[in-house]
Amino acid sequence: MTVVEQLPAVIEGRHGTIGTSPGRPDGVAKVQGTFAFSSDLHADGCLWGATLRSPHPHARIRSIDVSGAWRIDGVEAVITAEDVPGDLHYGLISHDQPVFASEVVRYVGEPVAAVAADHPETCRRALAAIVVDYEPLDPLLDPEAAIAGTAADIHPDGNVIRHQRIVRGDVDATGDVVVEGTYEIGMQDQAFLGLEAALAVPDPGGGGVELHVATQWLHEDRTQIAACLGLPEESVRLVLGGVGGAFGAREDISLQVHTCLLALRLGRPVKIHYSRAESFLGHVHRHPATIRMRHHATADGEIVKIEARMVFDGGAYASTSSAVLINAITHAQGPYRCDNALVDGWAVRTNHLPCGAMRGFGVVQACFAHESQMDKLALACGLDPVEVRLRNAMRTGDPLITGQPVLNVAPVERCIRETAALPLPDTPVGGFPSEDGTFDAMQLPGGAGRTADRGDVVRGVGWGVAIKNLMYSEGFDDYATARCRLADGVVTLKFATSEVGQGFVTIAPQIARTILGVDDVVLDRIDTQVGSAGSTSASRQTWMSGGAVDLACRTVRERLFEAVAGRFAADVEGLDALRLSIDGTDVVDTVSGWRLPVAEAAAGMTIDETVEYRHPETEDLDENGQGNCHTAFAFVAHRAVVDVDPRLGLVKVVQIATAQDVGRALNPLSVTGQIEGGIAQGLGLAVMEEIVQVDGVIRNGNFTDYLLPTFLDMPEVVATLIEEPDPHAPLGAKGVGEPPCISSTPAIVAAIRDALRRVDGVGRPLDRVPVRPGDICV
Amino acid sequence: MIIDSDHYTVNVNGVDRQVTDSWLGESLLDVLRDRLGLIGSKGACEQGECGSCSVLVDDELVCSCLVMAAGVVGRTVVTIEGVAPAGTPTDVQAAFVEAGAVQCGFCTPGLVMAVHDLLERSPDPGDTEIREELAGNVCRCTGYGRIIDAVQRVAVARRDVGGAS
Repeated sequence: MTVVEQLPAVIEGRHGTIGTSPGRPDGVAKVQGTFAFSSDLHADGCLWGATLRSPHPHARIRSIDVSGAWRIDGVEAVITAEDVPGDLHYGLISHDQPVFASEVVRYVGEPVAAVAADHPETCRRALAAIVVDYEPLDPLLDPEAAIAGTAADIHPDGNVIRHQRIVRGDVDATGDVVVEGTYEIGMQDQAFLGLEAALAVPDPGGGGVELHVATQWLHEDRTQIAACLGLPEESVRLVLGGVGGAFGAREDISLQVHTCLLALRLGRPVKIHYSRAESFLGHVHRHPATIRMRHHATADGEIVKIEARMVFDGGAYASTSSAVLINAITHAQGPYRCDNALVDGWAVRTNHLPCGAMRGFGVVQACFAHESQMDKLALACGLDPVEVRLRNAMRTGDPLITGQPVLNVAPVERCIRETAALPLPDTPVGGFPSEDGTFDAMQLPGGAGRTADRGDVVRGVGWGVAIKNLMYSEGFDDYATARCRLADGVVTLKFATSEVGQGFVTIAPQIARTILGVDDVVLDRIDTQVGSAGSTSASRQTWMSGGAVDLACRTVRERLFEAVAGRFAADVEGLDALRLSIDGTDVVDTVSGWRLPVAEAAAGMTIDETVEYRHPETEDLDENGQGNCHTAFAFVAHRAVVDVDPRLGLVKVVQIATAQDVGRALNPLSVTGQIEGGIAQGLGLAVMEEIVQVDGVIRNGNFTDYLLPTFLDMPEVVATLIEEPDPHAPLGAKGVGEPPCISSTPAIVAAIRDALRRVDGVGRPLDRVPVRPGDICV
Repeated sequence: MIIDSDHYTVNVNGVDRQVTDSWLGESLLDVLRDRLGLIGSKGACEQGECGSCSVLVDDELVCSCLVMAAGVVGRTVVTIEGVAPAGTPTDVQAAFVEAGAVQCGFCTPGLVMAVHDLLERSPDPGDTEIREELAGNVCRCTGYGRIIDAVQRVAVARRDVGGAS
């Protein structure tokens, strides 16, 4: 692989190019409220749609009587499974999820029917008038029962979604020191603010449909939708509706098929908007997991072997559970060398809410376990938490427990050292007193309520370090498409890359400006009128769609150079396209120094190229979990400082320090935004966020009871970007979205443990996230 | 005051707007968005927890999802659309873009309303004050750091302008 040549030749910081931080092109519209999110879309003659959902975690449907809905004025359509013309099921990996349940419902919230009417209130009444006769069945809620095979299958595909083990090296190896624990991770919600919404506009004659929807992957949606509609893919056109955050929750089908079915049935536009309560039921969540882990190490704290058993509760349908599981087990070692391993992983089906993708994708769960273990190892060996991590830190070339060598830049040691070098907060517990000697209660856990007494509050420091795979794995044909059109000096970029807030619409023009030396870059509409970009997930779009835009621009540039060389052959001796490069906004002959503004070079010329960028192929794992299944890796370290009131169980996170391996920051401000935002989600999982289900029924599906970090919960973040351009990345840049939310969680929990140890020298296990007040108080 | 549930007038952004074919229980947010076409106010939680729907009613910052539309008859409502003409952002709006305070942008209109309100009442807020005052606005993307930076940039810029005059 040619490394240096792939990097842009000129990086001089011209505003708007790579390495600078121009504002978002959609920024002004977003701050002024004129940006159209999918929930803001409207069409003339549009009807509202709504979904009837199961109140039972598991029940047989004896009958569905929709006649009551038809008697309500304003109701235009009522549809059930009988009205699905194509594939009755959908799913990202296996098509196991019904468009509408017809015989059995498998989770609370499963769609059973849908209506379209003139007003949301009419829809509500229509849903209430549909009578479904359910025969409740015993729900399967215990993942261990699914593994043991003691429960009857709740789905024709069985209760085990995937079982995979990893066997590496000497599984009988032992160490002088053994530490172990069982760790639990609660179900986290992505909690994007922009609720699910879509507008379907049928073609005249009903032969096709255009769907405007907030999604992470237009083309995959289209494939699943078209199959369910019984239409060829080209008859289903998708347009990205403005996306109000995603974090994994928009990778699966939710309302897409329902909206299209209603619109095609009626020959009228139909829109569906979920409420917050419905959103909690309508998308997949982060898998709750139970992980038992044992480390063998030398007395010096060097890891000899890891053993783990990981159980992921996938809920009622498979979604991406099998890929989440593989991510978890293949990251069990963390960013540490380990020659011997025995890992057993299960993803199982239950009658809980379905789980799938959420930022971190299985690695969040693994990291909470391995980092909790590293702290136990440090204690057992009498080492500092930083020292034990440095002793085991992975380097480029080290093999994973899958046997796959880490070929990327792997600055684990540097991440740890640079994080450690960041200053600790200078404020004492409770803050400095004001001039009159009083203290601001806002500086204490519990805040303005003055619940905590300053004298009780203890400070702790904790560490977390992570490795995260980038892009898709296990042989998936992972590619991204981009089109670059240079016309009269103006570049137009077209791609189907979902912009969900991460800022691809900012960096794509930066890439074009850098490669082509232009200032004016226009972004075409994001839709399916160009090839797939793959999903905005797995921290992959900077690398994949960025790689595609980069390649498209380079291809256009080659043709521009050829044209320039032809036109000016008589003016410049020996002029050849191969001698030309871009310097700022000029085309430059690298031999003679002759230069010509790109605007002049491209005047009157149109060059139009569409390319696909692919990363190298990956492999499946064999029966022992061996194989080069992942594409690339990024690393990060977090240090958390927390203040804890051990009597009340209250926690205030005071500071998060982090050094992240970003390869190269294409837009440093965007990278900072990803780091801070990801840490907020990691903090949420550490101390407050969990979907609570009792007997399969969600108990906190709203923002009053599902707690999200606010301005007051988020601490100061001090961050260092580790910029060692990765030779395998098309722009040297690694994806940055996921690492911040992975090891921030265990760092915060470790800091709480540290604070509690300072209280009585005993400590608490805190082997479950989110940490609850009762876990702290004992 | 007796309000006709089918037909009433609300003053939004300085203009009297007729609301027709309504029912009395509709929230101000729904009326703004679905009946008056003012889509800048966003609904994200529908229970006053997230602040995405923030508007001013008689200069008071409220969650429009919690206010009955019929209840603002005779009062003045300012929405994000009334803060500045499209294409000419205010200092707060410009600072949000420049500081990187916007990612998905769904919380942004509500936050812009809250920040304008905060800086009107407290021109030079400290870090804790900013956090406390804005704690009613949830952002899921940014982790809040760049938003606080945007607020501080505006406070500094306004102070510099004020000091120079």
